[in-house]
Amino acid sequence: MLSTRNLNKSFGSLVVAQDISISVPRGARYALIGPNGAGKTTLINLVTGMLRPDGGKIILGEEDVTALRPDARVKRGLARTFQINALFPQLSALESVVLAVLERKGESKAWWRSLPRYGEAVDEAFSILESLRLGPHCQRLTRELAYGQQRLLEIALALATRPRALLLDEPAAGVPKDESAELFTAISNLSRELTVLFIEHDMDVVFRFASRIIVMVGGRILVEGAPEEIARDERVREVYLGKRRHAFA
Amino acid sequence: MASANGYLREKIRWRALELVFWPATLLPFVVTPDYLSLASQIAITALFALSLDLILGYAGIVSLGHAAYFGTGAYTAGLLAKHYWSEPLAGLLVAGVAAGLVGYATSHIIVRFRHLALIMLTLGIGLLLAEAANSASWLTGGADGLQGIRMSPLLDFKFDLYGKTAYAYSLAVLFLCFLLARRVIHSPFGLALRGIRENAARMPAIGAPSRAHLRKAYTIAAVMAGIAGALLTHTTSTVSLETLSFERSADVLVILILGGAGRLYGGIVGAIIYMVARDQFSGMNPQYWYFWIGLLLITVVMLLPNGILGGLGALYKKSQ
Repeated sequence: MLSTRNLNKSFGSLVVAQDISISVPRGARYALIGPNGAGKTTLINLVTGMLRPDGGKIILGEEDVTALRPDARVKRGLARTFQINALFPQLSALESVVLAVLERKGESKAWWRSLPRYGEAVDEAFSILESLRLGPHCQRLTRELAYGQQRLLEIALALATRPRALLLDEPAAGVPKDESAELFTAISNLSRELTVLFIEHDMDVVFRFASRIIVMVGGRILVEGAPEEIARDERVREVYLGKRRHAFA
Repeated sequence: MASANGYLREKIRWRALELVFWPATLLPFVVTPDYLSLASQIAITALFALSLDLILGYAGIVSLGHAAYFGTGAYTAGLLAKHYWSEPLAGLLVAGVAAGLVGYATSHIIVRFRHLALIMLTLGIGLLLAEAANSASWLTGGADGLQGIRMSPLLDFKFDLYGKTAYAYSLAVLFLCFLLARRVIHSPFGLALRGIRENAARMPAIGAPSRAHLRKAYTIAAVMAGIAGALLTHTTSTVSLETLSFERSADVLVILILGGAGRLYGGIVGAIIYMVARDQFSGMNPQYWYFWIGLLLITVVMLLPNGILGGLGALYKKSQ
């Protein structure tokens, strides 16, 4: 569904991505892990077009999207969330998601009809919010929502674009542990058709929700495998998990 | 589900205060018939501020050169009336189109920048046009202004000395443009603009072509500014370089911020207060009246950082 071929990117002499080739099949749940500075977010930025690679290709479905602008990639079904809340503070939750739905449907250019006339889009936005249990809060301004709710709104915005592949950059960053389990339950309840790649630091969560794990170190892929393989891998323990052996006990 | 839509419907409903406000704009005809010329100027400035609000208050484009489009409209209307066609309504249309074309052309540069760069850029465009008009004195009359414009009556109403027709004309056009602006900001497109203002970087990640949205908003605002400029030409029968000046750009920015940006009525309220205050202060003290304007600005900004309407809105929320 989503793959990269030999992606390279460097800033001056700093290599942030080196020969990255991944291939995430349709409906899979992939986790991307690695120590800070390993290039995980960079990879997401490259895949979504926020950064231009120095070399390599990005393929979505059958199509090479390497040359497309970020918004054009979204239109083709590639959505992402951000590590730090990147929302619309003064729009209500509902307005934000309605906006994303209208953009997807290509109706955001209309300036002669008023918003409530787009009942279908509004209903769709509302049901996305409800599915993430934000329904009761949908009229509140984004900046007035609790932090965990804002994280969910991030996901709601991405879902509103009706993605085929969804990239989640630490979806539970800053969320208390008990709430983060809830958040990942919401994520795992997403359609089985949807391809998900997520960055996460909490190993419990990673091993519970990922069908496969990619480990990155220093801008390179160290190893990719099923959770059991990763848990056994000596190199992974050494460079990344050394101090956290208890996670696999 | 009905409630979700109902909430959006509620947000765009006409408020009681609005229904009081618009009929009240007719009061000057009865209460202050000697000030109709001023009232007409206020309506024109309010329209100009409204057009700035569309790009500043809703799309987050800070402009210090918005007079470029006002002046384009003013000169287009003036030249058209002087040489070819003195009927005002067609003039309004042509001036709007001309300003819109200039707006669309410049928007391609504008939307690539934000913040301070944008201020310099809009300032630069404003200065360019002002000096171009100054040097092309064979066409524009240069520093003497464009003289000898004789307007035909507006639908059988002559432009009279007391400004009756002028005010009725300006007010009607302001109201129509207000309806248009209101429709625009309550539309999907208006929501997209607010999205860009709130977080421009996030927009591509929901698949939004931000720049196309901004170009369109900028063009609509330029059309409206051009119409305001044409109104000034029609109601005063003259065009001066001042219509393109930096002062006019700065004034309208001050007026909008004074009234409250991003509130649709901010420009109108700001124009009323600023222009009435200027009229009164300059009457009281012809030499130093800018002192009082300065004091007014400082007071408003210190006490009401979101403008007069922002402050009143916050008070109203507290009282609930």
